[in-house]
Amino acid sequence: MNELVEIAGLTKAYDAEHVAVNNITLTLPRGKIIGLLGPNGSGKTTLIKMLNGLLAPTQGSIKVNGSYVGTDTKAHVAYLPDRTYLAGGWKITQILDYFCDFYADFSREKALEMLKSLNIDPGTRMKTLSKGTKEKVQLILVMSRNADLYVLDEPIAGVDPAARDYILRTIINNYNPNATVLISTHLIGDIEQVLDEVIFMRYGHLLLYTSVDHIREQHGKSVDAYFREVFAC
Amino acid sequence: MAWNMESDRPIYAQLVERIQMQIVSGQYPPGGKLPSVRDLASVASVNPNTMQKAFAELERSGLIITQRTNGRNVTEDEELIGTVKKELAREHVEAFLSGMQELGYTSKDTMELLGQYVEEGKR
Repeated sequence: MNELVEIAGLTKAYDAEHVAVNNITLTLPRGKIIGLLGPNGSGKTTLIKMLNGLLAPTQGSIKVNGSYVGTDTKAHVAYLPDRTYLAGGWKITQILDYFCDFYADFSREKALEMLKSLNIDPGTRMKTLSKGTKEKVQLILVMSRNADLYVLDEPIAGVDPAARDYILRTIINNYNPNATVLISTHLIGDIEQVLDEVIFMRYGHLLLYTSVDHIREQHGKSVDAYFREVFAC
Repeated sequence: MAWNMESDRPIYAQLVERIQMQIVSGQYPPGGKLPSVRDLASVASVNPNTMQKAFAELERSGLIITQRTNGRNVTEDEELIGTVKKELAREHVEAFLSGMQELGYTSKDTMELLGQYVEEGKR
């Protein structure tokens, strides 16, 4: 079975006037790095939260690995939220213990190795770290899982360009033909080279799902430039 | 160091050109071993599937050979490498000439200027 994510008629309405995700049908294969792109308020984070089971759909369904989103799928989906959720008073080593308890697919060795390569001491407490370092730690936690689907919500927004390069390289180095990485971002130019495919969302609708090189071939411009054209204000 | 990509053309095509250049210039010599898709994708900071596509294209052209158990090598066919080199040189010349034409130089003026440069040892 090559299809990893199957989304059918998916809708999330917070109330009658606020339909964040509107009747999306989409199938994502394995072994791809996919950008989830759209302006503010286009429904990216809502879609991501439904993929993780943090929000329940109003209508429609999502399957990951052939199962409806729920306890089973959470074991195979690694999620990087768009904000910090780890307790500031905890040491990184305690967080590693926590992740080992929580996720059967978490590799402590891999996490320690990545922390070492970034010169982050596992004995430090989260609250003493800079914003960028905190984000790196969270990404390391997510990428140290051996998941089928990695969902990264704005992983590069808060970090400097050098750290951005490291994060992108981490994503490339962890590439696994059986897993797919879904990355939501506004910084398209920075991650375009790393992506296979892109999803454009607008007002909760699916506008486009195609490959990066297809956009470049068809329109003679980068995805970044094409995005600016499509979503020009 | 990530490879710089132009924004208006497919990425895999640019990877193909870049690797062709590295082969033609002898950075990867005839018969020499190439890095794995994964390693080269990491060095270039590009998607591994895109690098795979570039390698497939280079295989089709015969410039690189995949051994089932032993990774990928540059072809030992130096004649083929020479042909690719000539083709790349032709593209450079064409681009140069059309640039000069845009500046208003005739072929003759361009040749003269080029001759002067070479004589003065600027290049």
